[in-house]
Amino acid sequence: MTRMTGAQALIKSLEMENVDTIFGLPGGCILPAYDPLLESSIRHVLVRHEQGAGHMAEGYAHVTGRPGVAMVTSGPAATNLVTPLMDAYMDSIPMVGITGQVATGAIGTDAFQECDTVGITRSCTKHNELVMSADDIPMAVRVAFHIATTGRPGPTLIDVPKDVLENEMTWYWPSDDEVKASLPGYRPNTKGHPRMIKEAAKLIMQAERPLLYVGGGMLKARAAEVLRELVDLTGIHVVTTLMARGVFPDSDPLNLGMPGMHGNAYTTTAMQQSDLLINLGARFDDRITGRVGSFAPHAKVIHVDIDPAEQGKVRKPDVPIVGDCRLVTEELVKEIIALQEGGVAQPDLGPWKSRISGWREQFPTTYEQSEPGNALKPQFCLEQLRELAPEGTILTSGVGQHQMWSSLHWKFEEPYTWVNSGGLGTMGFSIPAAIGAKMGRPDRTVWAVDGDGCFQMTAQELVTATVERIPIKVALLNNSYLGMVRQWQEMFYDERYSEVYLSTEYPDYVKWAESMGCVGIRVESPEEVAPAIEKANSINDRTVVIEFRTDSNEKVFPMVPAGRSNDDLLVHPTQTAIRDRLA
Amino acid sequence: MTAVNPKGSSLNHHILSVLVQNRPGVLARVASLFARRGYNIYSLAVAPAEDEGMSRITIVVDVDTAPLEQIVKQLFKLIDVVKISELDPRRSVERELLLATVRVDVEHRSQIVELATIFEAKMLAVGPDAMTVSLEGHPDKLDDFEELLSDRGIVELQRTGRVALPKLDRGAHLRVNTPNSPRGNTKGTVR
Ligand SMILES: Cc1ncc(C[n+]2csc(CCOP(=O)(O)OP(=O)(O)O)c2C)c(N)n1
Ligand SMILES: [Mg+2]
Repeated sequence: MTRMTGAQALIKSLEMENVDTIFGLPGGCILPAYDPLLESSIRHVLVRHEQGAGHMAEGYAHVTGRPGVAMVTSGPAATNLVTPLMDAYMDSIPMVGITGQVATGAIGTDAFQECDTVGITRSCTKHNELVMSADDIPMAVRVAFHIATTGRPGPTLIDVPKDVLENEMTWYWPSDDEVKASLPGYRPNTKGHPRMIKEAAKLIMQAERPLLYVGGGMLKARAAEVLRELVDLTGIHVVTTLMARGVFPDSDPLNLGMPGMHGNAYTTTAMQQSDLLINLGARFDDRITGRVGSFAPHAKVIHVDIDPAEQGKVRKPDVPIVGDCRLVTEELVKEIIALQEGGVAQPDLGPWKSRISGWREQFPTTYEQSEPGNALKPQFCLEQLRELAPEGTILTSGVGQHQMWSSLHWKFEEPYTWVNSGGLGTMGFSIPAAIGAKMGRPDRTVWAVDGDGCFQMTAQELVTATVERIPIKVALLNNSYLGMVRQWQEMFYDERYSEVYLSTEYPDYVKWAESMGCVGIRVESPEEVAPAIEKANSINDRTVVIEFRTDSNEKVFPMVPAGRSNDDLLVHPTQTAIRDRLA
Repeated sequence: MTAVNPKGSSLNHHILSVLVQNRPGVLARVASLFARRGYNIYSLAVAPAEDEGMSRITIVVDVDTAPLEQIVKQLFKLIDVVKISELDPRRSVERELLLATVRVDVEHRSQIVELATIFEAKMLAVGPDAMTVSLEGHPDKLDDFEELLSDRGIVELQRTGRVALPKLDRGAHLRVNTPNSPRGNTKGTVR
């Protein structure tokens, strides 16, 4: 019988869960847990703001598939963690938050730094729990990890009062069976229904204009390989949503990239014209469907999702399949092979494919190069960055125009190389997520694309990167504006710009970067772009920030105006004259 | 949660009998899910269930606010929710309790007593200018009683919200989803 404190049990439980990294920042109530950390094999990364800890945990989880862990104190620290928890909830990122809480006797008294963490985080976690006894800590940790990583992944949170951390308990480690028994209401269904899978295979073999509409669920399910098999088997084009970029190589001609509000015109149009959408782990987000009533009006829908509540939430599927995307796709492949061996053949997809290539040739996602002497085009900077990026580079992004350009102009060749905030659209995500990603994959180069607005929300974590020696690279696309909002005001509010101009002078990003121990480089003209990137790529012992001074007028195209049908999408101004050929 | 239709229940109401693990905050989880997803609760009753560690929440939902299927699926996602059954009103027994204090002077007391007798309500307390009655029964019956009482001037009224169980005849227990149904609910197993 090993006696230990609740705090020791907490850290030991995390070790038992194979946690190698914790992102966090200590304070009063969580203090006891920081003491045994000194003896632990777990690496703790001390952040500058708890939001940073949460996004780092997310970045780590994105690239490793393992749950990220953020540990912070009570009250304001717990509330600082709310944004990343919500972010992880929206994007189904496995993450475990650990918060300190005031001592059990003080709960409910408005004690110093008390807040109802479990209440506040109830709707932004998959599950959360206030642990009221030291004896319960190992089980609480096991349950938190189990729930975060199984079924539809998501964030969980354990709130631990200070006296619970200080009290003694007898160590034990609950078995899998005990964990299961404690959760009689939690039995995620991973195997798809065989009859539905058969049904889906049949539809696929009949469709004349099929599309694979692939979402983040395929990455969560680690299903990139079987997706490749399915594509090889059927020759069907793949649409990769913002959350799925990288699951299928962009170099493959069958990959149509991102659809939706800022998706490629040919991709969105192909979805509109399709007669069968094979939705694998996507959720018909409003940024993809546009006005739901006119989304893909001719398409039958096969919807594979591990979360039963996604079935029919937005679009009623003809064939709903609840299950793990990888397991279901594997079965689907088998069914299709069986049909093919039985002599069933797909209709000739030739006409459909040539329509798609027609759209693709006429409506490439494009931009105009800047005139000499004018500000840089952000897309050009990204293309150069991509050109010069070492193989296997991981790209993270903030939220705004730069995010859409990253998704549109980067070429992803490998899964888990794209980390961004999709569902919540959290400005400031990029830098901390990049630090977390670098901790998860120290062997990879990690480039954080950021906007000037976003940068100013979480840049302090570059101090964390320097002090903790986690070198990342930042490509700051500085257009002096909250660019995405500016674009909406330009296009939909008659160019009435309201509170979107940040500044062209302040801050001085190079000085700021240098003050945080990073190398700072400012780039203003096209010929400086490549050399600056090459220099950044050659520096691997420090974080490098390149500030690209970009054109504030540049807009993201294509665009489906909010609330409109995908059929109303606006193409790049240079393509407007031929717009009617997009049908 | 919004107050609903003051006069009685619609025939289309749906009764969900939700078996939950009796953990701290479980009711808050259920309630905040309804609030967050914009579903209306018509009435709600909670009490410990027959199994130790479990509670049964009987929720009557306003079906117009969201498709029932989506409500049920979202509820299933709560880890503490173990089982959900939809009870078809035609095939279940529903009961509710009503307490009401009515202002009534001595002269008119007999009218209330008469009304109470017709409804088989109980007289719980009688004072010089008021009396308190209780009625247990089908919620529709309670609605009628309440309406008639309100003409007399109700001072205070409290209803418990309905509780329900499937009728004993075969097939009454209509499960919303079954474990192997294609829609894949995983919690429908009858214990
Ligand atoms: C935390 C937060 N606040 C506000 C918004 C709304 N918003 C979306 S994009 C954007 C502008 C982002 O500006 P910047 O980082 O400079 O990126 P740009 O669009 O200029 O590339 C804003 C304010 C948001 N997504 N997140
Ligand atoms: Mg900007």
